Amino acid sequence: MSNTDFVLAVEDLTVSFDGFKAIDALNLYVNQGELRVIIGPNGAGKTTLLDLICGKTRASSGSIKFKNHEMTKLAEHKIVRSGIGRKFQTPSIYENLSVFKNLEVSFPRGRGVFGALAFKCSDDVKERVQSVATEIGLEGSLDMEAGLLSHGQKQWLEIGMLLMQDPELLMLDEPIAGMSAREREVTADLLKRICKNRSMIVIEHDMAFVAQIADKVTVMHQGKILAEGSMDKVQNDPKVIDVYLGH
Amino acid sequence: MISKLLSSLKTWIDQRGLNGFIILAILLAVVFPLAMDSFRLNLVGKYLTYGFVAIGLVMAWGYGGVLSLGQGVFFGLGGYAMAMFLKLEASDPISTKIQSTPGIPDFMDWNQITALPIWWEPFRHLPFALLAVLVVPTLLAFIISFAMFKRRVGGVYFAIITQAVALILTVLIIGQQGYTGGVNGITDLKTMLGWDTRTNSAKYILYFVTVALLLASIYGCQWIQKSKLGTLLLAMRDKEDRVRFSGYDVAMFKVFAFCLAAFLSAIGGALFTLQVGFMSASFVGIVPSIEMVIFAAVGGRMSLVGAVYGTLLVNFGKTYFSESFPDLWLFLMAALFIGVVMAFPDGLAGLWESHIKGWLARGRAALRKPKNPDAPPSQIVQPDADVMTMQEIGSPPLARSASGSPRVPSGAGMQVSGIQGQSA
Amino acid sequence: MSVSEMLNIGMMQGFAGLSLFAVLLLMGLGLAIIFGQMGVINMAHGEFMTIGAYTIYLFSTITENHFPKLVQSYFIFAIIAAFFIAFAVGWFIEWSLIRHLYKRPLDTLLATWGISLGMQQIFRSFIGPKEVSPTLPDWLMGSWSPHEGLDIPINGMFVMALTLVVTGGVLLALYKSRWGLRVRATVANRTMANAIGINTKKTDRLTFAIGCGIAGIAGAAFTTIGSTGPTSGSLYIVDAFLVVTFGGAASLLGTMASAFGIAQMQSISEFFMTGSMARVITLLTIVLILMMRPQGLFASKIRR
Repeated sequence: MSNTDFVLAVEDLTVSFDGFKAIDALNLYVNQGELRVIIGPNGAGKTTLLDLICGKTRASSGSIKFKNHEMTKLAEHKIVRSGIGRKFQTPSIYENLSVFKNLEVSFPRGRGVFGALAFKCSDDVKERVQSVATEIGLEGSLDMEAGLLSHGQKQWLEIGMLLMQDPELLMLDEPIAGMSAREREVTADLLKRICKNRSMIVIEHDMAFVAQIADKVTVMHQGKILAEGSMDKVQNDPKVIDVYLGH
Repeated sequence: MISKLLSSLKTWIDQRGLNGFIILAILLAVVFPLAMDSFRLNLVGKYLTYGFVAIGLVMAWGYGGVLSLGQGVFFGLGGYAMAMFLKLEASDPISTKIQSTPGIPDFMDWNQITALPIWWEPFRHLPFALLAVLVVPTLLAFIISFAMFKRRVGGVYFAIITQAVALILTVLIIGQQGYTGGVNGITDLKTMLGWDTRTNSAKYILYFVTVALLLASIYGCQWIQKSKLGTLLLAMRDKEDRVRFSGYDVAMFKVFAFCLAAFLSAIGGALFTLQVGFMSASFVGIVPSIEMVIFAAVGGRMSLVGAVYGTLLVNFGKTYFSESFPDLWLFLMAALFIGVVMAFPDGLAGLWESHIKGWLARGRAALRKPKNPDAPPSQIVQPDADVMTMQEIGSPPLARSASGSPRVPSGAGMQVSGIQGQSA
Repeated sequence: MSVSEMLNIGMMQGFAGLSLFAVLLLMGLGLAIIFGQMGVINMAHGEFMTIGAYTIYLFSTITENHFPKLVQSYFIFAIIAAFFIAFAVGWFIEWSLIRHLYKRPLDTLLATWGISLGMQQIFRSFIGPKEVSPTLPDWLMGSWSPHEGLDIPINGMFVMALTLVVTGGVLLALYKSRWGLRVRATVANRTMANAIGINTKKTDRLTFAIGCGIAGIAGAAFTTIGSTGPTSGSLYIVDAFLVVTFGGAASLLGTMASAFGIAQMQSISEFFMTGSMARVITLLTIVLILMMRPQGLFASKIRR
C-alpha cells in the first residue's frame, strides 16, 4: 500500500529533549475513517505524539504527512486549517464565554484578523452551532457560561468546538478522564457517531472504553510502538502484558 | 410620540451598552466647554490627547494582554510628525531672515546645519505629514510586535523591549539635536496652512476636534470589542492554546491589538502638538510611557470610557498637586501604582461595577419598595465579596466581572459600557 | 604616534571596556537572581542601588564628623552595611507586596515601579534633591601607572575587584549552598519543591532580599565612580534589564557574557562616534538581537 492511501502517515519521527528521546523513530499510519486508540503506560510519549502531529512540539527529525502533505514545518494554525483538530487532556474551553460563544468562535470562518472583524453570526453559523450543540447534548445550555458546566459537559463542549471545524482528523487526549460511568457511555456513543466521516486518534487508559470504540489499537512504550492491531490481539501480546504488568 | 421615540432610543442605547459612552460624550462636548474657561478647557484638551493612549492600552493590555511600556514612542512619533510640518510652515524665509540660513527650523540653524535634511523635505506637505502621523508609528509597532509575537515572546519580555525602544528613541532625539531639536524639542509652532493655532478660537475648535476624534475612537474600539476579534482576544487571554489550535494565528491578533494601540497613541500625539504648540523628547521616554499605563489602570484596564476618566483624573491630580504640594505628588503616584495593582485591578470602572452600581440599585429599590424582599442587602453585597476573593487569587479581570455580573440585581440601571461589552 | 603610545591607548581603552563590564555585571547580578530565578520584574532595582550609594554617603559623613581617624577604612564596613540595608528593605517589600503578585508578572512590574517612585521621593524629601558624593579614602583615588603614559584608575580596578568577589560569591552561593539548592529546586519545580519540604515562600523572600542586597553593593561601588542623586537608580534600570534578558534570563553565565559583550560594544563604538550615538547603536543592536533570538544568548531547551 502506498503512503497516499493514508490520512495520516507518520514516519521515522523522533523528538528529543536535551538528549532524552520522547519519541524514537516512530511510524504510525491511520486510514481514512479509522478510529485508532493509542494506549501505553505513563511517559510512553502518547501526548507528545499528538503534540508533534498538531505542531505544538517540533520534531527533531522524521516526517508527518497528512493527506500526503508534510506537516512538520507548518505553523500550528495552518495545520489546524488543513483539517487536524486536537482536544487537550484537561478540558480547554473559554470558561467566561457562553456555550454558544464557545462554539461560535470555533466556527471556521473569519480566521484572519480582518476576517474576524467583519465576521457576522449569520443564520448558517447559528444553525451549525445548534446542530453541534444537539450532537454533544448541550442544546439546552447554549446561554450558560461555559465555566459553570460540569466536568463531563466541558469535555463534550471541547469536542463540540472541534466538530464546528469539521476536521478530517480528530485527535482526543483522554476524553473520558474524570467522567462518571454514565457519561462514559454517552461519550462512547458520541465518538462512534462523529467518527463516521472522519478519522480519529484517541488516547485512553480505560480498557473497557477502548474495547468499546477502537477499530485498531496502538500500544506505545518509551517513545516506540510496542504492538499494533485489534484489541484482542494486543491484549494477548506477551510484550504488552510484560509492560503493563511489570517483570 | 416623542416619548415613544425617546424610549425606543433608550432601549437602543441600553442594548448597545452605550450609556457610559453617552454620558462621557455629554460631559466632554457640553458640560466642560460650558463650565470652563478657555485655559482650563485647553488643559482638558491636552489631557484628552493622553486619553487616546489610554484607550489604546485598554485594547492592547486589557483586551490583548499585551502590556507596552513604550506608548510614549508612538505618541511622540505622531506628535513629531505633526510638529515637523508645523515647524516648516513656521520657518518660512521671511520670519527666519535673521538666521544664518533662513528658511530652515531655528534649532537647525543653531546647530550649524545649513540645509534642510532630505527626510524633512516631504513634511512640507500636510497630507504627507498626516499620513506619516498614522503610518510611521503603526509600522514601527508592527515590526516590533510581529518579530516578538511570532516568536511567542510576550508578557514581561515584550514590556522590557518596548521600554528599551522608548529609551533608544529618547537618546536618539536628544543626541541628534540638529535634526530633532534635542531636549527642547520642536517649539514655536504657529500656524497650520495659514490658520493660527494659538488663538482662543482655534483652541476651542481643536478641543472639539479632539473630543470628536476621541469619541469616534472609543466607538470604534467598542465595535472591535464586540466583534469576533474582541471575543477572540478575550478567549486568547483565557486559553491561548485552544485559540491557536482552533486555527487562529494568535500572534497576528496580538500584533493587531498592539498596532491599534500605537495608531491611537499617534493620533493623540499629533493632536497634542496641535493644541499645545510643541513636541519634545520628554513625552517619549520611559517615565511618561509608564505614566500613560497608569492612566488606563486607574480608569480600568478593561473599560474604554473608564480609561478616559482615569486619564483626566490622574492629570488633574498631577496638575493640582505639583502646583500645590509638589512633594506629595510622587508619593500619590506611587500609591496609585501600588493601589491599582493590589486593591483595584479593574480601576474606577471596576469600582463602579462592583460597588457603586449595587449601591445605586439598592437605593433605587429602596425608593421603589421600601421593604423589598427580593433584594436583601446581603445578596447585593455578595458580588463584591466574590470579586475580592477572585482578585486575590489572581484570576484575569475577565473572570471577575463575568462571575460578578450575573448576580448584579436587575434593577441596576447604568452601566459602564466598556464592561458591558465583555459580558455579552 | 609611537607604537608604545598606541599600545597605551589600546590598553586604557580596553580597561575602560572592562570597567564598564564590571559596572554592568554588578548591576545585572542582583536582577539576574530576582528576574532570572524568580521571574519577578523589579523596577525598583535602581533604587536599591541608590540605597547602597546613600549608605556609603551616610557612613562617610558620620566617619568624617565623628571618627576622622577611620576615614581610610570605613569604606569596607559601609559596603557590608549597604548590602544589609538593601537586603532588609528588599525583605520588607517582598513580604508586604511582591509575594501577593507572583502570579501576575505584569502587575508586579507596575507595583515595583510605584515603589521606585515612592523611594525616589523619600530620597528627595529626606536626603535632598542635590547629588552627593562620599569622601573616598585616599587609597581609592588616583591612578596606577606601571609605566610612562599608561594610567589605570584605581577606582575602576576596585569596582572590578569587587565585581569579581560578588560574582564569585553569588556563584558559590547558588551552586554550593543550601539556599542555592533551594532556589534552583524552586525554579525547576515549585510544587515539587514544596512537596519535599522546601519552604518556597521563605526561599522566595530570601532570594528577593539577596538580589536587592547585591543591588545595594552595586550602588555602593558606583559611589567611587560618580555622584548619587534621588533619581540615579532610574538611569540604570533599562540597561540592567537588557543585560539580564540579553544573557538569557535564567543563566548567570549568560548574564556575565552579555555584560561583557554589551560593555565592549559600547566602549568600542564610543571610540568612533559620540557617546549618545554609541549608546543608541548598542541598545539597538541588543534589541534587534533579542527580537531575532528572544530567549537570549544562553538558554537551555526545556520540555514544556
